[in-house]
Amino acid sequence: MASDQVTLLDLWASPFGMRVRLALAEKGVKYEYSEQDLVNKGALLLQMNPVHKKIPVLVHNGKPVCESLIIVQYIDEVWKDKAPFLPSDPYQRAQSRFWADFVDKKIYDFGRKIWTEKGEDQEAAKKGFIDSLKLLEGELGDKPYFGGETIGYVDIALVPFYTWFYAYETIGNFSIEAECPKLIGYCMRCLKKETVSKSLEDPKKVYDFVVMLRKKFGIE
Amino acid sequence: MAADEQVTLLDTWASSIGMRVRIALAEKGVKYEFIEQDLWNKSGLLLQMNPVHKKIPVLVHNGKPVCESLVIVQYIDEVWKDKAPLLPSDPYQRAQSRFWADFVDKKIYEHGRKIMTTKVEDQEAAGKKDFIDTLKLMEGELGDKPYFGGETLGYVDVALLPYCCWFYTYENILNFSLEADCPKLNAYCKRCLQKESVSKSLEDPKKIYDFALKLRKKLGVE
Repeated sequence: MASDQVTLLDLWASPFGMRVRLALAEKGVKYEYSEQDLVNKGALLLQMNPVHKKIPVLVHNGKPVCESLIIVQYIDEVWKDKAPFLPSDPYQRAQSRFWADFVDKKIYDFGRKIWTEKGEDQEAAKKGFIDSLKLLEGELGDKPYFGGETIGYVDIALVPFYTWFYAYETIGNFSIEAECPKLIGYCMRCLKKETVSKSLEDPKKVYDFVVMLRKKFGIE
Repeated sequence: MAADEQVTLLDTWASSIGMRVRIALAEKGVKYEFIEQDLWNKSGLLLQMNPVHKKIPVLVHNGKPVCESLVIVQYIDEVWKDKAPLLPSDPYQRAQSRFWADFVDKKIYEHGRKIMTTKVEDQEAAGKKDFIDTLKLMEGELGDKPYFGGETLGYVDVALLPYCCWFYTYENILNFSLEADCPKLNAYCKRCLQKESVSKSLEDPKKIYDFALKLRKKLGVE
């Protein structure tokens, strides 16, 4: 597919955007990265995602695909001859989809509340977040990756959130490593892979970004 | 697939997301056992089969559970792949189908829950207009096609159709008319209900409304 035109509309700190960057890296797909301003949304973004007006958006030969996990599945199906993300067995595929959906429902929502809430609401979010990570640790078991011997769909869904852990820990005043050492070990293992380290952002930069957002939203 | 396959659906009769699974199984002609769940006193079986979320629907296929309605529908489509394909074969079209089914989840399912837990007098403030705009957006996506899947029922239809028996409830609580505000969607529901796989999988709208009123009283919003 040497003449493919692939563009990613994204925001550097977005864990959802990082999922797509990681998926493209795993498949060895060259693409143009286009940083978006979400305060003053560009015409291209509004044209490519008129329904939600959000990033990430993958534009493949002029046609947009929206929603990070849908984009990741699309990438897996189009560039199917390399590094498959989903298993071939329908039951195993269903399990992968279930856990990626779990990451969406639990990790993102609780994580967000850790940096936007205070007091009891923040404490409840921290507890929910840690409980969710522990469930993921159980699901990982002794495997190197959720995908088994290689990175798979659930790994792609989850590992970008590692870049936000430092922000959650600092703002929430707790240690994720103390509670979930296995998960942190897993993240470290993933970061040794070039596709992962090149697709994920520096946690300290993400923290500065979150501090800026909190000031902007008047959180403190 | 062998005749001795064991397929069980843990569900509640009024659940819009449970109905998705029922439609998918009916489209594929799969025989299954329906086990009504009590969500106020969850059974050992439900807790064993969905320990993470403890919710319905759960499809149990030869003893192995699959959870989350759209994950189940995709599983059904992949296992019973020789009949009535729900997703298109082209990756871009598949991505579009997944997008709109996800849209139904994010905008219609989530708002439906809000409608159920909000007092009548607070519905305007809770986003009544947004809900109707969402339905109009679905109409736009349907266009002139008989179904979202084209000439046959597809993935998006399966995600959306259960609301055909819940619209009567939403009309009454929100005080609007689907026929007046979204005539195309109204006609689509009527057309789909002519299919046996749909009419047999959906519940009576009046029974749903009675159920909804009882639940709202229990939740203290009615």
